[in-house]
Amino acid sequence: MNGEEVKKKVAEVLSKVDVVIAYGQGFDAAHGEPCFITKKEELDSLILNPLCEHNLASYLPSQKKKKTGVVVKGCDSRTIVQLLEEGLIERENVVIIGVPCRGVASAKKLSKALGHRQVEALRFEGDLIVAKTSEGEKRISLVDVFPDKCRTCQYPTPLVYDVLVGEPIESDKDPDSVYGDVRELMGKSLEERKAYWEKEIDRCTRCYACRNACPLCVCQDSCIAETRDPHWMSQRSSLSEKMMFHFIHAIHLAGRCTECGECERACPMDIPLGKLKKKINMDMLELFGYKPGVNREDKPPLYTFKVEEERIEEHEL
Amino acid sequence: MREAGYIPKDALRPFLESLAKRFALWAPCKDGETITFQPYRDGSDICLDRPANAAPKGVIFPQSEALFTFALRKSPEDPRKVDVALDAQVPAGEAAIIAGRPCDAKGFLILDPVYMDADPYYKSRREKTTIITLACPHPYPGCFCTSVEGGPADTAGSDVLMTELKGGYFLEAVTDKGNAVLADKAVQDGAPHRQEAEKRHKAAYDKVKKAFSGGRGVRISEERFLSDEFWEEVTAKCLSCGACTYLCPTCYCFNITDEKAVDKGERVRSWDSCMFQHFTQETSGHNPRPKKAPRFKQRVGHKFVYYPEKYGELACSGCGRCIRYCPIGMEISKVVARLSDEGDASKKEGT
Repeated sequence: MNGEEVKKKVAEVLSKVDVVIAYGQGFDAAHGEPCFITKKEELDSLILNPLCEHNLASYLPSQKKKKTGVVVKGCDSRTIVQLLEEGLIERENVVIIGVPCRGVASAKKLSKALGHRQVEALRFEGDLIVAKTSEGEKRISLVDVFPDKCRTCQYPTPLVYDVLVGEPIESDKDPDSVYGDVRELMGKSLEERKAYWEKEIDRCTRCYACRNACPLCVCQDSCIAETRDPHWMSQRSSLSEKMMFHFIHAIHLAGRCTECGECERACPMDIPLGKLKKKINMDMLELFGYKPGVNREDKPPLYTFKVEEERIEEHEL
Repeated sequence: MREAGYIPKDALRPFLESLAKRFALWAPCKDGETITFQPYRDGSDICLDRPANAAPKGVIFPQSEALFTFALRKSPEDPRKVDVALDAQVPAGEAAIIAGRPCDAKGFLILDPVYMDADPYYKSRREKTTIITLACPHPYPGCFCTSVEGGPADTAGSDVLMTELKGGYFLEAVTDKGNAVLADKAVQDGAPHRQEAEKRHKAAYDKVKKAFSGGRGVRISEERFLSDEFWEEVTAKCLSCGACTYLCPTCYCFNITDEKAVDKGERVRSWDSCMFQHFTQETSGHNPRPKKAPRFKQRVGHKFVYYPEKYGELACSGCGRCIRYCPIGMEISKVVARLSDEGDASKKEGT
């Protein structure tokens, strides 16, 4: 990840598009943030380092007809592939600046590692994060603050791009590890799993950050969790309403979720929402042999219909 | 009755237990990696290390509450005649919130002029709740309380201010309700510790960044505030979720819905968020704020222009949660700085 090189590439792309969505420095030294670049003078504010945790492809469906450049990591590129598979964006309206990535820092885990202190300065030394707080300087290994997705990353290099910043890299992570966390949870009894999700989801405030950050959650303002007419879901803040909302979200993403982790990253209450979606993706893989966002020519299974599915046993009539 | 008290660290549990006997006690507890206000019980995993993820606003202004229940009743003589029975319960019990932060306590002062006279539910809870605040030893990511007339040891809105010292907690009574708390038998004389507490207050105050100056007198440039271009640039990255408003100690907007079963139901008031598209959706189909730019403008305007015009105070206590937990780092303090006369509208730094 090279900040200067990305500035150069963004500058090139900027002349061909209305806006480039890239990364800038966030509100403090330990945060990056999405940055919408429309003028050359703004290029100086760009960054490219492990603070670039967000999936910027999330903004693409709402860019409508605007010609948009976007900086994507390998994981984020799956979102673009999936959006293309589903016809939610048009390829000719997007210029993809791909960034091979060896892993980013989870802002939440980094904050925890720094005792939730204000961060005065931060720099990277190889795979180390060196951060200064009022308690002094602390050195943290990037691997220790990886978001879960980076631990098992299979696609460090973008699957689709127009420009690549740096050299492609291969994954060194075991493909079997991807669903390790889900398998571990599924090893528990139904009652234990229910208790686990009830405890986690009870913290939900129905702020819909997970939904709005989700690149594939395209109903947005028409989401049935909020519609007032018809009034599908009660506005009570009870556990059953919260569970209902999260299950709707998860089921709407069956065979669509590219496991970018934005839902989990966006959640201010730290609910492990990615795991819920991964479980359904795991089922989709078993039932339909389908993995979202890896091949533009694929047809998402729930977009098609077969009288007899090969891996689904029909009920006797 | 003492005005200053002290609790050694090992006496904190007995103090909380004693409070829990007198009040429905709400305390910040560890909940996974988050901290949430929960009813105190034996074995509660109390966490005083940092502010809770969400303000304790919900203790007095719950996220959702039934204003009344209704039931349709058919007349036994003539089933065609249907009568509606209404039942409203105003909350009654005594409660206490311990270890909210000064910005959390101040939040209630901002809600008061809106609800106190108009709303029996809020009024009843507010009057019966004792607020025991924990002073902040240092600022947390995003904090800017000193820019909005507050401070890490500000007593506004609190009944007691608690300050962590080396071996215990210094307690200062701010109101009569606070004096009643200091009468607890677990509380020792605090006078010898006052100086140490004041020293800590001063040190913490100096560490909080000043995001803009002027406090309640912050001068918002009308030209910039009314510029659509400004708001579109500022909100390009906004996801239009409600994290900022729902974690906020001062946001108070609500929605009212009838949650019905077949022949009975509740009229529920629940938090609503000006960040949502539905918030201003009118029955006619028209929506005056259909895009995120005017919605975020409303949030900033409400806190820094409209509310101050009406009530003479800013509707923001600088807790920083909307910055700290925003998924994409919207920074309201920076937006206000850019809007203020000192800010430079031509300089785009993102927000």
